[in-house]
Amino acid sequence: MDYATILQILDSAVRLMVPLLLACLAGLWSERAGVFDIGLEGKMLIAAFASAAAAAAAGQVWIGLAAGIAASLALAGVHGLASITFRGNQLISGVAINFLASGLTVLLGQTWFGLGGRTPALEGAARFGTWHLPGAEALRGIPLIGQFYADVLSGHTPLVYVAMLAVPLTWWVLLRTRFGLRLRAVGENPASVDTAGVSVTRLRWTAVGLAGLLCGIAGAYLATGLSAGFVKEMTAGRGFIALAALIFANWRPWRALGATFLFGLMEAVANRWPELDLGPVTIPSMFMNALPYILTVIILAGFIGRATPPRAGGEPYVKER
Amino acid sequence: MVVTAIPDAGAARPEAPAIELSGISKAFGPVQANRGISLIVPRGTIHGIVGENGAGKSTLMSILYGFYRPDSGTIRVNGRETAIADSQAAIRAGIGMVFQHFKLVPNFSVLENVILGAEDGALLRPSLSRARAELKRLAAEYRLQVDPDAVVDDLSVGHRQRVEILKALYRQADILILDEPTGVLTPAEADHLFRILRGLRDQGKTVILITHKLREIMEITDNVSVMRRGEMAGTVRTAATSPAELAELMVGRKVLLRVDKAPARPGPPVLELSGLRMVDAGGVERLRGIDLTVRAGEIVGIAGVSGNGQTQLMEILGGYPEPGATVTGTARLRGAPLPLTGTDASARRRAGIGNIPEDRQGEGLVMDFAAWENSVLGHHRDAGSRSGPLMDNAAIRSRAADQMQRFDVRPPDPGLAARNFSGGNQQKIVVAREIEQNPALLLVGQPTRGVDIGAIEFIHRRLIELRDAGAAILLVSVELDEIMALSDRIAVMFDGRIMGERDPQASTAGELGLMMAGASG
Repeated sequence: MDYATILQILDSAVRLMVPLLLACLAGLWSERAGVFDIGLEGKMLIAAFASAAAAAAAGQVWIGLAAGIAASLALAGVHGLASITFRGNQLISGVAINFLASGLTVLLGQTWFGLGGRTPALEGAARFGTWHLPGAEALRGIPLIGQFYADVLSGHTPLVYVAMLAVPLTWWVLLRTRFGLRLRAVGENPASVDTAGVSVTRLRWTAVGLAGLLCGIAGAYLATGLSAGFVKEMTAGRGFIALAALIFANWRPWRALGATFLFGLMEAVANRWPELDLGPVTIPSMFMNALPYILTVIILAGFIGRATPPRAGGEPYVKER
Repeated sequence: MVVTAIPDAGAARPEAPAIELSGISKAFGPVQANRGISLIVPRGTIHGIVGENGAGKSTLMSILYGFYRPDSGTIRVNGRETAIADSQAAIRAGIGMVFQHFKLVPNFSVLENVILGAEDGALLRPSLSRARAELKRLAAEYRLQVDPDAVVDDLSVGHRQRVEILKALYRQADILILDEPTGVLTPAEADHLFRILRGLRDQGKTVILITHKLREIMEITDNVSVMRRGEMAGTVRTAATSPAELAELMVGRKVLLRVDKAPARPGPPVLELSGLRMVDAGGVERLRGIDLTVRAGEIVGIAGVSGNGQTQLMEILGGYPEPGATVTGTARLRGAPLPLTGTDASARRRAGIGNIPEDRQGEGLVMDFAAWENSVLGHHRDAGSRSGPLMDNAAIRSRAADQMQRFDVRPPDPGLAARNFSGGNQQKIVVAREIEQNPALLLVGQPTRGVDIGAIEFIHRRLIELRDAGAAILLVSVELDEIMALSDRIAVMFDGRIMGERDPQASTAGELGLMMAGASG
């Protein structure tokens, strides 16, 4: 395997990890505030559809992004209403959102475009183009590092850089600001925040809103950056893989970057060598494609490390004396 | 009516009382939790508020801290009429509260807990460094030493309470309310707390202490207010009152702090233990050779500081030793061998052993079950509770209703979930269930922990009645007063051993205390 191949795989891994990373950070914000969110999948899916549909109609990808975020925020609002305001079961609300998104996207897609649930293929300004980082071409000549910079770090769509910047930003806000402190406290012991005279409800709503925003960006990236349009069920379980990555990352931002990169890498490897030939044995493509999902199952079953979720996670807050 | 003073809505008057409540009422549905409460707490004093569980103490303090809004009445803080709409308003008015169940974030540091909700700005760094300096000052001033960087999870209960007090002081609280602060503390920690509270008072702060322990009231307060059934029964100077008078005010009648009982007439041995040893899963020897006999018609009390093997002993006798424990030795029940291993709690019940467990809410009751369901737990397979393979719910329910009447469970509603009863009434449900089975041997662990005075008296009387009916009773309690009042014989336990047996009539608390600390008897 030569260096160029490695760079290609890494480049592909970066592209593929982005929706996972954004969804993982969405889950992180929501769950650190004590609201479990298994509806990441549904929010991403509806955002993918809305962004592709709006971009196709308007011919402008930024309008698509805005529509994707709006759609995801609407479902986040449903989750917030059910699980924060009405203190319902957070898992049930999440499941409902996933079903709703799955059905609604196909139904609306067929009604509006008549392409069997697809949206029209996006071209030109209706898709995200690539951005080149400053000096990428000039530095390409430098072996190893220059090539890495030009091929792996540079040349992605804007949303890739948004996702990468979201990691330090999340870390900083969560650990260095008043808002972050209160948000973490509300996920561990909401009564501590309540008795300090701070609104538990408002904090949790904000967190759920942030999750909606990030899922919206993730979905828009899927349909307008990674692909050129929406196809039904295009999230393909990425919302659940992101949840597994979140557990693997122990609900921490930098580790989320590492965990989602691992999943992205596996997907990239599977794409590159659908049938991995190891001499005596050939690993079939089904196995390679299933790799990220197998790892997800292993992580969710608790085989890797000891995860310590936020203590108040999943519990609606009811004030008591 | 004569108007003596026009309320001055302006500046606080320095000579005004710290807190002045008048005509505070609060109802929850049909339940009148507070009715026309008036209370004056002078500044710079420690003011006790006592009352039975359900008397309305916590509701009143929650109103003062902005958790509830009163239906009527006025609150004056430092002479100024103040509407306390939420906790933020209470904090602004200089009121701080230390809840019975701490409101700390377990995986935050002490500093982070202290600044939470009282940060100086959007960024944490300046708040944290100011809090660090402030904590240092408070530690020196009030003997409130806590490592500011320690994670709350790693702190002892006593230290966590100090963090709660520091939180209030950091918010410039002038008036500090503590709800049952010593319930979770060791005696040494409680003494330290009292020293801190005295220090606060001497610096001019006002302390309101909610408790149902009369000993603490007598020891530390300047004045004491007694609540009964949602009303204020009276406020007296502590120096001018006595525990007996306070107890009477609390329950509205004379209370026997000593238990009246005839001398025991012990019959044949019911429980005989010899050489009972237990090594737990971690390899620690918890019981180191217990020899003990309990006869029919007597109460044997085991005195001791908690954690000296009493829990393990009761669990083994109840049929549910800790998982992984190795138990050896012999036991006989009414002369027949009682297996110590390979058994379970239901076999113990069939053998005639009743059990009032130490941990009422964890082992005695299922908190989300209704009272009638709880009343049959452990006996649900008995003939009277079954019709064929099904449970005879109607019979169980009517029996429970009858039991609740006779054991004075309030409210006597069999359909109410266990968690909605006060501690004392929960315990009465357990006591009723176990006594009504007419056990040959009754295991009783901490029967009156967290139970109010009226219920304590009732439970004690029932235990004596059961003894007089010929049952053998093995009692474990960390309350030495209770052991001395109830027991016909006292065995003192220390470090997994019985240090000796004593006749309660012929021994003093001091003597027993020495044995509890490890001096052999």
